[in-house]
Amino acid sequence: MGSNDLQKQAPNIVVWVLLLALPLWLPYVGGYMELGSRVVVLALAAMALNFLLGYTGVLSFGHAAYFGLGAYGAGMTIRYLVPSTGVGLLVGTLVGAVAGAIIGPMIIRLRGVYFAMVTIAFAQVFYFIAFRWNSVTGGDDGLTGWTRLPIHLGFTTIDILHNPVAFYFLVLAVFAVAVGVMAWLLRSPFGRTLIAIRENERRARFLGIPVDQHIWISWTISCAVVSVAGALYALLNNFVDPRALYWTQSGDFVIMAVLGGMRSFWGPLIGAAIFVVLQDYLSSQTENWMSFVGLFFVLVVMFFPRGILGIIRRKVAS
Amino acid sequence: MTLLRVENLSKHFGNLIAVDGVSMTVEPGELRAVIGPNGAGKTTFFNMISGFLTQTSGKIVFDNKDISNLLPARRVWRGIARTFQITEVFPELSVRENLRVAVEVAAGLRLSPWLSAARDRGIRARIDELLGMGGLAAKADRLVGEMSHGDQRACEIMMALALKPRLLLLDEPTAGMGDQETYDITQLIRRLHRDEKLTIVLIEHDMRVVFHLADRILVLAEGKMLAEGTPKEIAANEAVQAAYLGKVAA
Repeated sequence: MGSNDLQKQAPNIVVWVLLLALPLWLPYVGGYMELGSRVVVLALAAMALNFLLGYTGVLSFGHAAYFGLGAYGAGMTIRYLVPSTGVGLLVGTLVGAVAGAIIGPMIIRLRGVYFAMVTIAFAQVFYFIAFRWNSVTGGDDGLTGWTRLPIHLGFTTIDILHNPVAFYFLVLAVFAVAVGVMAWLLRSPFGRTLIAIRENERRARFLGIPVDQHIWISWTISCAVVSVAGALYALLNNFVDPRALYWTQSGDFVIMAVLGGMRSFWGPLIGAAIFVVLQDYLSSQTENWMSFVGLFFVLVVMFFPRGILGIIRRKVAS
Repeated sequence: MTLLRVENLSKHFGNLIAVDGVSMTVEPGELRAVIGPNGAGKTTFFNMISGFLTQTSGKIVFDNKDISNLLPARRVWRGIARTFQITEVFPELSVRENLRVAVEVAAGLRLSPWLSAARDRGIRARIDELLGMGGLAAKADRLVGEMSHGDQRACEIMMALALKPRLLLLDEPTAGMGDQETYDITQLIRRLHRDEKLTIVLIEHDMRVVFHLADRILVLAEGKMLAEGTPKEIAANEAVQAAYLGKVAA
């Protein structure tokens, strides 16, 4: 490995070391394990959104739909069908991914604001279904009466319910797989066609790339990963409610991605960490915590349009 | 055997008739120029051939197959590549990365989630070959968006060439360029035509370029075909002088 490769790998190494060692250092900065899990779960959602936004150039304002479907899919599977954390995760992911794949062809021909508006509309449909269908989803009160369950591996049992560190590492393992798949794809010929579409759709089209088809695939991958995050979110809270599907949740993902820097792979992770920590701290101080997050967001966008990671990169480069 | 046959092609935008029943045939190996005063419908004509616009009526036959209703990407697959009047490249990628996308798509890898080391070597070699041909080797790692207009255009042409097209459409390849850049691009096009035996159709305003390069010229005026012939015939054509060259002189 040359020094150049090492320089390229440095951010990855730093991120993974910090994440793997989180249980060791988090208590010293006043954090607690559930907060760490929450950051990683929401970071996965924001990174999934950014696969589409930052690397394909398509803004979805309705990713909460697939996040929520993943969450309800996992929760309802464990509550009604199979009392197994693994099966819940799998079903949640599949439900969100399939919904995305089916809705995709109806919307991928739209661009810009029109695309964003229609994604919101679809998300609101799912929100109202979850809100109204009391008997199955628990309606406004949310889906209760279930918890994540210990994972039996044959030779041993991991108690992810009572051991927050064990649960954190489950979340981190799933995160690693999902993020690894996205990173792999972005470095492949297929991933390069997505970046090409982001850079110049017309040129991509006249290189012989069927742009709509590639956007559909990117969209479906993004929906699948955000539903993984949704399923983990349900397990984290042992609870799902319709707010996971609400349009403000979609907005939170966009804020995280833009805050951290949507042109960098790890940007949304930074954004999610800042968002979650600010939310945790400020909401204990004031009811109007969102106005402070909003103010912070506006300042970052105005002065550092490439996000927090954009600033750090520029500092390193100079 | 004719490579491209355009029959009675028309395009209406509401009441405006941009192109009115234009026909043209292009033989393999030919370099055809399409000229005409501003608003003659040249770019609209081009856009219909490449599938960027759909014709109101008429037919486009490429390699004996009717392609009139194919999507742009499918026309590219058949072998029609194009550049645009305003250069269309991937500005935040390097020249090498721009070409890589084109080379990988041409190799049928657009949906591929991975690339074997052997294939990657082949792709790199092809990129280097294109860089050399386009005179871009020394600038390979620069961001295209930060290069001169002429270099951006050369990059765009090489991307089109990466697709191994059977027909290359160039929409005003020297538009907005200085003398040196115009000369360089003209030489590049000449090499592609002469050495690579590429069939090329180009729209051009610069008459020096047109008369230097073209085998045959099609003249459009107000959407209609005004004349067609060799550069000599066109230069001597009175109708053309009146409608087009006359205007330039005046």
